[in-house]
Amino acid sequence: MDLSLSTETMGDRTIVRVGGEIDVYTAPKLREQLVELVNDGSFHLVVDMEGVDFLDSTGLGVLVGGLKRVRAHEGSLRLVCNQERILKIFRITGLTKVFPIHTSVEEAVAATD
Amino acid sequence: MATVELRFSALPEHVRTARLVAAAVARRAGVDEAVLDEVRLAVGEACTRAVGLHQTGGISAPVKVLLIEEEKQFSIEVGDEAPHAVPGERGPGAGPGDPDGEADEDEMGLAVISGLVDDVEVSAGEHGGSIKMTWPTTPPTILA
Repeated sequence: MDLSLSTETMGDRTIVRVGGEIDVYTAPKLREQLVELVNDGSFHLVVDMEGVDFLDSTGLGVLVGGLKRVRAHEGSLRLVCNQERILKIFRITGLTKVFPIHTSVEEAVAATD
Repeated sequence: MATVELRFSALPEHVRTARLVAAAVARRAGVDEAVLDEVRLAVGEACTRAVGLHQTGGISAPVKVLLIEEEKQFSIEVGDEAPHAVPGERGPGAGPGDPDGEADEDEMGLAVISGLVDDVEVSAGEHGGSIKMTWPTTPPTILA
């Protein structure tokens, strides 16, 4: 299982749909995607993780890096995730306090705080 | 010897293989199905850390994974050959505050392991280090 990435624009938000496994091998692809979006002026990102089967600390590091990049432009990075096995990793690392985590892309797109 | 031993070149693409092998052996050893996700994640974190240490240290030796089935418990030991500083001390430039803003992945990996696994031993010395993680097993039910 490799990593799949696709993007879609909804208003001023850019949805990044991620599928497969985010680990030390595939995380650089996600990092490149996020860096490219920010460089192209997309500062409000919604990362949809519903298709993610596996996430490790390398993936968390990339998401934190993405958050820092968008924040430098007063942007936002929201996550969409309902999978308990993935949410658990955010909880044990305390990152649930850092990322807004939504149950659907629609909810994340509508969020403004 | 260990029940299963795995050695792999310190390359990121092999970490997934280590995860799959470890989960398969853990399942056979009787580790609870509900815990297998944690085993997979923890061994992946330990291998990722070892691969990183070998790559930054220019070490060509393989990363070693020992999968050890014992009575009532299953252990995984991931060994690296990177010379470690005394625990608690960091080399110059290795501290927090990565200028690119990426999290310190080595520390985050250890945080994930210690958050997931109750029984963890981390050892480090001049000739390498290891992370040993242990889970309880339930004895296999005898098929009638």
